[in-house]
Amino acid sequence: MPAIETEGLTKDFLVGFWRPRPYRALDALTLSVETGEVFGFLGPNGAGKSTTLKLLMQLIFPSGGSARILGSPVGDVSVRRRIGFLAENPYYYDYLTAEELLTYFARLFGYSSPDARIRVTRVLDQVGLGSERRLRLRQFSKGMVQRVGLAQALLNDPEVVFLDEPMSGLDPLGRRAVRDLILSLRARGCTVFFSSHILSDAEALCDRVAIVAQGKLAAAGRLDELLAFELQGWELVMSDVPAALHAQLASRFATVTPLSHGRVAVTLAADAEPDRVMASLSADGARIESLNPIRHTLEDLFIQRVRDSQPRAVTL
Amino acid sequence: MRQIWLGANAVFRESVRDRVPYSIVVFAVLMIAASYLISQLSAGQDIKIIKDLGLAALSMFGLLIAVFIGVGLVTKEVEKRSVYGLLTKPLSRAQFLLGKYAGLVMTLAVNLSVMTLALYAVLFYSTYSASAGLRASWEAPGVDPRMLIAIVLIFAELMLVTALALFFSTFSSPLWATLLTLGLWVAGHFNSDLRNFGTVVDSAPAIWLARVIYYVIPNLAPFDVKAEVVHGIDVAARHVALTVAYAGLYISILLTASVTVFGRRDFK
Repeated sequence: MPAIETEGLTKDFLVGFWRPRPYRALDALTLSVETGEVFGFLGPNGAGKSTTLKLLMQLIFPSGGSARILGSPVGDVSVRRRIGFLAENPYYYDYLTAEELLTYFARLFGYSSPDARIRVTRVLDQVGLGSERRLRLRQFSKGMVQRVGLAQALLNDPEVVFLDEPMSGLDPLGRRAVRDLILSLRARGCTVFFSSHILSDAEALCDRVAIVAQGKLAAAGRLDELLAFELQGWELVMSDVPAALHAQLASRFATVTPLSHGRVAVTLAADAEPDRVMASLSADGARIESLNPIRHTLEDLFIQRVRDSQPRAVTL
Repeated sequence: MRQIWLGANAVFRESVRDRVPYSIVVFAVLMIAASYLISQLSAGQDIKIIKDLGLAALSMFGLLIAVFIGVGLVTKEVEKRSVYGLLTKPLSRAQFLLGKYAGLVMTLAVNLSVMTLALYAVLFYSTYSASAGLRASWEAPGVDPRMLIAIVLIFAELMLVTALALFFSTFSSPLWATLLTLGLWVAGHFNSDLRNFGTVVDSAPAIWLARVIYYVIPNLAPFDVKAEVVHGIDVAARHVALTVAYAGLYISILLTASVTVFGRRDFK
């Protein structure tokens, strides 16, 4: 059974004050996320990522289609005992301490007071806020509030965790910590569905990704399926290039890019026999610095699919 | 029920840590205390002035808490998006809303109790510092337990006003919700006039419309028995029971409507 399924999930909002018109924020999204997967939900700002997460959390209601989590319709309150959710830029009651907030949430999950206390201590330590547990949230930085958000999403040992832009507002150390957390969740069999527009995170963490653009699904699948791993060419960097050789570079290579300290990068075709080219360049007096294969990245795919997507329909 | 109780506790804790209700209660207690000084200006009427001003302070400051905190209960959660954290827990929207309501009613109960104690303290001091002759001239005892009837009805009225504020805040902005609640509170106190509209107007549609409005907007006049208790006039138990029952029915309708509206709302 898939952990998350959507079938033609659609959301229209009314926009405009005097003459409200429908605006399709999400258009017939059909997705399936398997149990235990780390699934990246990618797209540029305004693509429909948060709308999808809010539909899955039933914070907004669909205009069409349906969604299920762990086999139950998203409207089923009981399924929330088995999931965790972190909203984008979360806000919690700033008059409460981190410990009080999490205890309140833990009690909502039905845990007894002693049980709640144990869980709260564990998740606060897990997100690195163990020593700040008795500080009021109004004294917390944005990154610390984000960590509280992560802690509350993990309180109930969820089977599925939904994270909306989990790296938002975090410094590099915080981002690393979240990456490690997601990997540890995967290791214990938890399904993680996270939205992001930071592609390096997705590339490092995800089993599968979906790209949404203009409210529509632009691509979905395993990373190794989506990204053509065949060689696209070579990038060769050299230094100490004699003037006579420098003058010939533009005619011998597809691209020539001057770099710092007199270095030059050139691009070779995939079938260019780099050993022969390097030997020839060395014979002409250049010093070879590096040679790297060029392959498609998630960023290339992302940009291509976002550019290809049609402008959003305003229909009902 | 447990979820509602947890939500109510959170609201109560917020109000305890929030300085606004505190300030309102402190101000009300000061005003009740000041009524003692004002009463010194009018010989013979002093105890009535203390009771009048004290009950009015209870009612008005309670109203401020009910309206301003009541309106903020939902709108603040939605505006600041803290509602996302709660509604993604095993908590239905109905439980969320009823917890908010119960929490504010608990807050009101505690605040009214503090104000009531302050009022009785002033009455106690005034009574035992007055001469026996002066006390004999009063229409009602200084420390009169019947004042509690007026306070119970004030509490019932505030519960109804809180439900109104909560209802409006489920679909409108804080400003609109405040204006609509205060507007209905004012209209509710003059509602009885609409019932007798036929005696001053001939137009049948106007009379019919007045009747409809009379039945739709809350009738708050019966909750005000301040004049009776101040003058030592008995308030019939039947009147109190019917008024409390009316409040209960009206609050149930408002909470049902609030849950229905809130249950369909998108949180963008």
